[in-house]
Amino acid sequence: MKLRLLAAALAATVVLPLGIANAADLEVTHWWTSGGEAAAVAELAKAFDATGNKWVDGAIAGSGGTARPIMVSRITGGDPMGATQFNHGRQAEELVQAGLMRDLTDVATKEHWKDIIKPSSLLDSCTIDGKIYCAPVNIHSWQWLWLSNAAFKTAGVEVPKNWDEFVASAPALEKAGIVPLAVGGQPWQSAGAFDVLMVAIAGKDTFNKVFGDKDEAVAAGPEIAKVFKAADDARKMSKGSNVQDWNQATNLVITGKAGGQIMGDWAQGEFQLAGQKAGTDYTCLPGLGVNEIISTGGDAFYFPLLKDEEKSKAQEVLASTLLNPKTQVAFNLKKGSLPVRGDVDLAAANDCMKKGLEILAKGNVIQGTDQLLSADSQKQKEDLFSEFFASSMTPEDAQKRFAEIIASAD
Amino acid sequence: MTGQVNTGRPNQLLRNLHSKIASIPMILTAVVIFLGGTLWTVFYSFTNSKLLPRLSFVGLDQYERLWAAPRWLISIQNLAIYGVFSLIFSLVIGFLLAALMDQKIRFENTFRTIFLYPFALSFIVTGLVWQWILNPEFGIQSVVRSLGWTTFSFDPLYTPSIVIYGILIAALWQGTGLVMCLMLAGLRGIDEDIWKAARVDGIPMWKTYLFIIIPMMRAVFITTLVIIASGIVRVYDLVVAQTSGGPGISSEVPAKYVYDYMFQAQNLGQGFAASTMMLITVAIIIVPWAYLEFGGRKRG
Repeated sequence: MKLRLLAAALAATVVLPLGIANAADLEVTHWWTSGGEAAAVAELAKAFDATGNKWVDGAIAGSGGTARPIMVSRITGGDPMGATQFNHGRQAEELVQAGLMRDLTDVATKEHWKDIIKPSSLLDSCTIDGKIYCAPVNIHSWQWLWLSNAAFKTAGVEVPKNWDEFVASAPALEKAGIVPLAVGGQPWQSAGAFDVLMVAIAGKDTFNKVFGDKDEAVAAGPEIAKVFKAADDARKMSKGSNVQDWNQATNLVITGKAGGQIMGDWAQGEFQLAGQKAGTDYTCLPGLGVNEIISTGGDAFYFPLLKDEEKSKAQEVLASTLLNPKTQVAFNLKKGSLPVRGDVDLAAANDCMKKGLEILAKGNVIQGTDQLLSADSQKQKEDLFSEFFASSMTPEDAQKRFAEIIASAD
Repeated sequence: MTGQVNTGRPNQLLRNLHSKIASIPMILTAVVIFLGGTLWTVFYSFTNSKLLPRLSFVGLDQYERLWAAPRWLISIQNLAIYGVFSLIFSLVIGFLLAALMDQKIRFENTFRTIFLYPFALSFIVTGLVWQWILNPEFGIQSVVRSLGWTTFSFDPLYTPSIVIYGILIAALWQGTGLVMCLMLAGLRGIDEDIWKAARVDGIPMWKTYLFIIIPMMRAVFITTLVIIASGIVRVYDLVVAQTSGGPGISSEVPAKYVYDYMFQAQNLGQGFAASTMMLITVAIIIVPWAYLEFGGRKRG
């Protein structure tokens, strides 16, 4: 007995180093820290660990605004991680131009990313000067209104089917002591809600003219004035939210303390984690039930240039693992986002995700604001809307300032 | 002959050689990191550097944009309100507490510990504690309402016009203990005989404090002033912990503007311009004061 144990122990010491020979520990930084997000990221870690490498989790709490500066300063400061999350688009643009990021073109051509990634704009956002620098992992769309069925039952009104009905039902909700619209205090939430209102009310073309072409005249025009009027409604309906983080705001909807929330489909993960069912416990309205269009921003992984050869090899493995059909399904189901490849089977998806997939298949998509605007312009927009939502600034004044930001945007 | 002259007047550079060598690291730190870093920052504030510094000059564009940004103007206004009130209140409260302590009371040590204790906490902890205390649903407002005053309303952190005072309360709670200790040390340094002389002359106690003791504590007041003032200019973590600049942008401060634009907005040029303005503001206050304080003494 003793001898066998000894033999086993000996064998283990021999086998272990052999197993590690081609593997490496890779630190991966991201800002997925809410309950639903953490469950999703565990799927990625599991898939990567199965390849014999090791996923060293480097979660940074406090959402992208807090996490990105830390990631960027680690890369520019000469202490790069193995891989890092960014929203694909322009957040890592300058890091790539400075030659700090790794070119993934080889992996991408070998695995035919060009053919499998849908919509192709995702890969375009990863491409700078013809080379591919990131691996997109999901599509997140902002254009969703999440409604608590229980809250509307308490207020004695029917669950609205679009934005206008929602606005009309606000007085009834308020009477029942329910905050009609939950908006967290983080600046990106109010700025994002405005972008959603713009697509729903002014339509796709206006959205593209304002954020794509940076057309100042359109931004100051009557179409956008309507959007600001709607934002004014949203502001009135959000009085009394008094929460900071987006998932706290989502939680108000889950517990029926708030009627609804304008939030991206990442909110779905929270509903799922709370054991709620789409259709019976909560209702989702893509495009606020007005214009069924979704944006195709999302998350992507970037790989800093490393000197260690083994780690560089592991980066390639990670890049291909992320786009593996199995990983895509497991990850996106937990995350509540849509997969980046059109050829995976999402039979397990719930009603809301199916709605999203349908819209995606129809091609009713726009680019996300992270893809269209620089971080600088985004920040100015956030400053404006967080001020607008917390003060009594008139919609006209706000629109004037909005047009100025668009005029100087890059 | 010449040799004798040399030994008679030693080289100024070689005097106290050991202490000079020992202070080289600190001199280098001061010159390279503080002065060099400052000049570098000012220099790059005239460029349009984004995520990484680059040498493409745009003149005063960054400053024009800065002074047109509503958020910066609000930040400056907040800093002014916070600065003035924090200076006045921490000096007045700190001195009053110290004067009361000085009345040979019982349990002085206990009181001193209690008043100084908040200073042992970081601004982040202070900010979180006061965020809860001032929260309308759990804090003061709800306690008073549950006692029967149902219309009582005290909600500074979610009211844009008074949010900066909510932050001020937390700052005073944290900082006055230290001011009290400094003042108490100053009071203890006053000779007993002066008190006796004042008593013999029949001067009331408040007059003794105001016209005799305080002028004698000039040095202590200046030290305290410098400590409080440097704390005011760099206020950042308290705001982040308590309100994150909200509601909206109504409790923003300059240091947070610098951080947000340098790192979140990936616009180094704008952040550098803002930090240069902070430096100039400090210089405008410090330079005339330093001139009066140290320049005057030389002449005298």
